Amino acid sequence: MPVQQLEGSRAVAEAVALCRPEVVCAYPISPQTHIIEAVGAMVKSGRLTPCEFVNVESEFAAMSVSIGASATGARAYTATASQGLLFMAEAVFNAAGLGLPIVMTVANRAVGAPINIWNDHSDSMALRDAGWVQLFAETNQAAVDLHLLAFRLAEELSVPVMVCMDGFILTHAFEPVELPTQEQVDWFLPRYVPRQELDPEAPITIGAMVGPEAFEEVRYLAHLRLLRALTRVPELASEFETMFGRPLGARPGSAVGGSLVTSYRTEGATTVVVALGSVLGTVKDAVDELRTEGHPIGVVGLTTYRPFPAEALHGAVEGAHRVVVVEKAFGTGGRGFVTDDVAIALRDHDVAVHTIVAGLGGRPISEESLRRVLATAITGDLPAMSFLDLDMGAVTAETRAVRPL
Amino acid sequence: MPETHQARHPVKFYQVGSFAVGNRLLDEADRTVQSDRERTNSLTSGHRACQGCGEALGARYALDAAMRATDGRMVVANATGCLEVFSTPYPESSWRIPWLHSLFGNTAAVATGIAAALKVKGREDIRVVAQAGDGGTVDIGFGCLSGMFERNDDVLFVCYDNEAYMNTGVQRSGATPPAARTATTEAVGPEPGNRFGQGKNLPLLALAHEIPYVATATVADLHDLERKVEKAMSIRGSRYLHVLVPCPLGWVAASSETIHLARLARETGLFPVFEGAHGEVTDVVKIRHKEPVEEYLRLQGRYKHLFGSGARPDIVGRIQEIADRNIARFGLVDEVPPDEQSVGKQP
Repeated sequence: MPVQQLEGSRAVAEAVALCRPEVVCAYPISPQTHIIEAVGAMVKSGRLTPCEFVNVESEFAAMSVSIGASATGARAYTATASQGLLFMAEAVFNAAGLGLPIVMTVANRAVGAPINIWNDHSDSMALRDAGWVQLFAETNQAAVDLHLLAFRLAEELSVPVMVCMDGFILTHAFEPVELPTQEQVDWFLPRYVPRQELDPEAPITIGAMVGPEAFEEVRYLAHLRLLRALTRVPELASEFETMFGRPLGARPGSAVGGSLVTSYRTEGATTVVVALGSVLGTVKDAVDELRTEGHPIGVVGLTTYRPFPAEALHGAVEGAHRVVVVEKAFGTGGRGFVTDDVAIALRDHDVAVHTIVAGLGGRPISEESLRRVLATAITGDLPAMSFLDLDMGAVTAETRAVRPL
Repeated sequence: MPETHQARHPVKFYQVGSFAVGNRLLDEADRTVQSDRERTNSLTSGHRACQGCGEALGARYALDAAMRATDGRMVVANATGCLEVFSTPYPESSWRIPWLHSLFGNTAAVATGIAAALKVKGREDIRVVAQAGDGGTVDIGFGCLSGMFERNDDVLFVCYDNEAYMNTGVQRSGATPPAARTATTEAVGPEPGNRFGQGKNLPLLALAHEIPYVATATVADLHDLERKVEKAMSIRGSRYLHVLVPCPLGWVAASSETIHLARLARETGLFPVFEGAHGEVTDVVKIRHKEPVEEYLRLQGRYKHLFGSGARPDIVGRIQEIADRNIARFGLVDEVPPDEQSVGKQP
């Protein structure tokens, strides 16, 4: 297929349509809207058929309709962001508990208050332990590829999969994207055969009440099933490469892709930057500059965040004695979510783990700022946790004016 | 029906030596679904409902009637609540129908999803029923339910209304009537029990969505309930059935009084039994022997504070006003010709 210049949302809508979802339901929220508008138009015009497009009254209903559809054996898809993801939180957990292979795009956006429609990762991070696989796209090509992978993985393991892509930065950006053909996708993604479904010919009870005598076992089994993704994601990525003739997530013309983690200039690196999503592009540019200056620094991107690819990360940062995690979210009063995962994964190694919180609520992350802060990491002057481009003048003025800290 | 159908087993009638079950003295055409030995057993015995549970009774009659109406091609979505808890303690289940419980507040949306999946698969012959208690309908589930109505999704939603959150220990819901004692509206202070609000009449709210069928029923008239279920299943689009199901635990009443209380709720006018379609009330069940609300209230411990020492006839009077307003509004009592008034049992 030729490379096309496509808006991220349109590219994802095309990818989703190629996966032949049977029930799509949606409630609009920025910056997810262009995705569901495009899918809705495809259903309305008859291009995507058979498919039921259900306009619902809330995100809670959007996930609930997906639950009902998936339990009845239909391939179900929805998309949301930010407040929408939190509004459907109860149903997000429920879909995972019921083992329903729903695929959902999260157009990552900050969570209020204060209300803010721009990008960070607070939404997906808040639900990182809801029992879903979480995949993070670095580019729009990765977003397309991860959706194809998501449906296959979800249905194989009977777990729901969340594909996270940065709101506006990816959803509204035009990039060169290569879309596969329908024949290729049909080969890669077979017809959905549910593990169990609501069928009058063979009635079953789904969603029974489980007490203390079995609940722990049920949860443990769900844990094992989710962990299977750490094996299946690389295997499916390899199958993907065979089928589509390029690595999973590789930009058109590039041979670099990745499924669990991606490595960039990590050979001989004593400092490694870990990040997820679109910021990886800027991080790589900053690292290129630092490499030019002779600093041994590299980048590891997390494509799969849940289940956490501890072993793959471990191998990718081998030899580094400092890891700097660039995060677009943090736990107020705590520290970075990804930092915690990285620190636990590397706990048996003599590695200092730092957090740089950056890009909150759409704050631009400039290559220059990143390079400046990473330089302090190399010299050993980076604190354990810092905030990129934090305007301390404004913070001090506010704390003085309102109430001394 | 395929032979594998688990709900189709010969039904055992436990009422030995009697023809009382389901009007079996009537002509066959007039008998209830429950009187049929070949009927389904959607909610089978062995579940953990309380003695005298109105909801278990209502659900069994409603679902078996729906099974007959759909020739066994039915899928059910169930809200969290008593009905879900007493029927499915893992690894047991009392359901012999395809049954899904997801959450408390999303049952209507789950049912919409089921209906959408069946439509896309070309299996619209399989019908969808959603069921919830009053909390899962009028309170936490109302957003999804209103959305389902507005889209006219092809689902019958049945609310089993026992007028409070019984599963969690009798707390007030939006369907709790004024003055009733619950664990969160204690019978203390100058205004004991639940406050007199504007109420939340779900059947009328459903009617306001102009969906093709709305009906109310009680477990005092199970034949009427079955008839309404069958009628609902003959219609496509969103349908709503609101069934009053007394709760011995929450109403603090003898378990043998469940049917009696449901009948009194109708005969006092406190629970109007009617049918409607596309925004209009089309039929009502007339009150046969009008009873004062006191007859109904006195049998229930949740209204105990209105009687005896410290009695509150003023509050009983306000409840009577509600009943009288229902009677006038729905035309529940026929105008009696003047010459028959002496024999009519008018208050």
